[in-house]
Amino acid sequence: MANLAVVTSVAGSSSSSRTSQPALEARGVTKRFPGVVANDAVDFDLARGEVHTLLGENGAGKSTLASVLCGLYRPEEGQVLRNGAEIRLNSPRDGLAHGIAMVHQHFRLVDRFTVAENVVLGHKSLSFVLATNDIEDRVAAITQEFGLPLNPRAVVGDLSAGERQRVEIVKALYQGAEVLLLDEPTALLAPPEVENLFVTVRAMTHTGKSVVFVSHKLGEVVDISDRITVMRGGKVTGSVRRGEADVRKLAELMVGREINIVPRRAKSPMSDVLLSVSQVHLERDGAEILSDINLDVRAGEIVGVAGVAGNGQRDLAEVIAGLQTPQQGNVTVCGTPTARSGALGARRAGLAYVPEDRLGTGLAPAMSIVDNMVLTRERGFLVDRKSALAESEQFIRQLEIKTPGPLTPTRKLSGGNAQKVLLARELFAVSGARVLVVCSPTRGLDVGAVEAVHALLDEARDAGKAILMVSEDLDEVMTLADRVMVLYRGKITLEQPGTHADLERVGRAMAGIAS
Amino acid sequence: MNSNIWLLTFADAISIATTLILASLGAILTERSGVINLGVEGMLLMGAVTGFLVADSSGSLWLALFVAVLVGVALASVHAALTVGLRANQIVSGLAMVIFATGLSQFIGKPIEGDPLPVLIRPIDFGALSDTPFFGPVVFGHDLFTYLTWVLVAAASFYMHRTRPGLLLRATGDAPATVDAQGGSVARIRWVHTVVGGALMTFAGAWYMFARSAAWNQSATTNGIGWIALALVVFASWRPIRAIGGAVLFGFSLQVPFTLQAEQIRILPPTILAMFPYLITLAVLVALSTPRARRLLGAPKMLGQPFVRDER
Repeated sequence: MANLAVVTSVAGSSSSSRTSQPALEARGVTKRFPGVVANDAVDFDLARGEVHTLLGENGAGKSTLASVLCGLYRPEEGQVLRNGAEIRLNSPRDGLAHGIAMVHQHFRLVDRFTVAENVVLGHKSLSFVLATNDIEDRVAAITQEFGLPLNPRAVVGDLSAGERQRVEIVKALYQGAEVLLLDEPTALLAPPEVENLFVTVRAMTHTGKSVVFVSHKLGEVVDISDRITVMRGGKVTGSVRRGEADVRKLAELMVGREINIVPRRAKSPMSDVLLSVSQVHLERDGAEILSDINLDVRAGEIVGVAGVAGNGQRDLAEVIAGLQTPQQGNVTVCGTPTARSGALGARRAGLAYVPEDRLGTGLAPAMSIVDNMVLTRERGFLVDRKSALAESEQFIRQLEIKTPGPLTPTRKLSGGNAQKVLLARELFAVSGARVLVVCSPTRGLDVGAVEAVHALLDEARDAGKAILMVSEDLDEVMTLADRVMVLYRGKITLEQPGTHADLERVGRAMAGIAS
Repeated sequence: MNSNIWLLTFADAISIATTLILASLGAILTERSGVINLGVEGMLLMGAVTGFLVADSSGSLWLALFVAVLVGVALASVHAALTVGLRANQIVSGLAMVIFATGLSQFIGKPIEGDPLPVLIRPIDFGALSDTPFFGPVVFGHDLFTYLTWVLVAAASFYMHRTRPGLLLRATGDAPATVDAQGGSVARIRWVHTVVGGALMTFAGAWYMFARSAAWNQSATTNGIGWIALALVVFASWRPIRAIGGAVLFGFSLQVPFTLQAEQIRILPPTILAMFPYLITLAVLVALSTPRARRLLGAPKMLGQPFVRDER
């Protein structure tokens, strides 16, 4: 594929650029991990006051590059330059000393500490006795300057994901960061919080700070970025400036081929209701987790449950799977009430379950593919290994599972291949299972694996299974579901047919805004 | 009933609490860093017996206390080396510590079993103040180390909540990965606090020897106080100041059977009464075993978890 013109040395647009040198630059950076070249001679530069997005799929190498730029990883080859001078970073601490800070996707905060305590934790020039009031005042000043509403005395454990992210950003600014690397900053945020984040990012670039925005969400980065650099397989595949960005073009650069965004819907008519949830109410520690949940899934149908993490989706799946018992309400699997008969009861009634944590909960990581295949079988005292082996080999061939053989422990499989094994077991090997509950089926998988998993689910639907799919990936829900539901704070707040789902309304419902 | 005897029981409870406070303060510092040291009972015994032996041969109380502290540093270093350095299971290492230290103390304590104490820790003479009603025995009836212990608790509380290293200590028990990401050394913080904690434990044992015991009596010398100190940590929600109240309460319940016996009050057989502190300890430790209780009680989040940097 021909690269788009790679633009270098863009002077900060409105802000006064003291130097024509980029604030931060990577030249020929190569970083290898066992078995992969995560960054292959990557060039990247960031102007003062600029928002430069690194776009790419999971595993494209964008987080690795950000980690090299902040000092977390040391590259095998290449240089990192700050304002035109080469710098050597041996740790994130060195990065900070040069004014470079990274905000990780998974926050590194102490839940029991206050905002102020978290901000100053590990700050080098802190006095022995903490001047708590001064610290709180300075934190408050930063939160005001950059539009990051936060109470310095609030306990971090009580804050939302968006607020925690603000704490991380305030922490970086408090430590004097001039260049901020934000790794998948929108992954855990609801749409209004994303808007807030963008306001903050603009406030930062306005004062001459520079931002590297690492993301795989095509749609949202177009708005915020001055420049977008696309990575794939450890290499830069192209770079476009604001205004030139065309979503289709970017998507191609990301995926490396015309992506198939054709939605998959039910091809055959749906028949009986196989899974029915009625008036389910779940409480835990006095808090309402699910309230008045009613839904039906018919044979040959995929119902997608969307929502921001933590709104009860996982609990709903666990209630149906028999792992949690609701205080009120009923679950019926193929005509058998199962809400109070535990996981085994649900399985006996014909339920298959693919949990979000595929390797820890779904599979036994140390056991072989064959043993995992027979794990959920109940019949007989002795294990019929011979037929299980034949069956496993057949699945490995059919689903193109990449493994040395059926006796390989499942922990040695890649995420996509482990998911295929799990799906094969739950969909085909379990005798009589007609209902499937699947959680985040493609989380952490690469594009190819996502396609394969989607095809499998589609095939299962055509074979007459009733599938309830819980996913935080809205695109996934939109692609596969015949009906889309949104869970917000334990309630179903929106239900739409998949073919006519209004993306904006779904997004608003996920954020808790009634439309 | 003689009200004076209850006053004395209370004064005694405060005195006995000194051991509990010192030992649980040591455990709090250790546990706040994320390391659990179950070896407290063994550490107390080792402090007591080495203190006795050094005092016996040198005649110096100060040297005896100093050596007891060194023994604590050495024993806690072994625990730290195993659990922090080699990331061994902390429970296993702690239990091994109890068994090892108990056995060793009995071995080296065999020759001195039943001997009279070579030196004593005596209450400070406050003169006329000691005769004040109530305050006399309760406030002015103690030795130097009891008062120093109270000061130490205040200092430890200030250290934990108001200083930079204290902030790092609390963060290390709750979120070691965060500390690591900030460039702090989780291993060093854990080492230091485990070792200082261990020193406090053996010092507590030596103090108990010279201030509260009649003679070295093999493992019956401390009689399970180390386990009570561990329960006290939970009781105090890992806060030094709160350990004082709990220690006095436990001290009181340890003392009550003797008082009742002396007063010839027979509610329950004294042996049953003597069980109470241990029953409470058992209940606390059982309660602590559920994750929910741990959260509610405020246990350090990563207590007992070896820290391994998350590498790709």
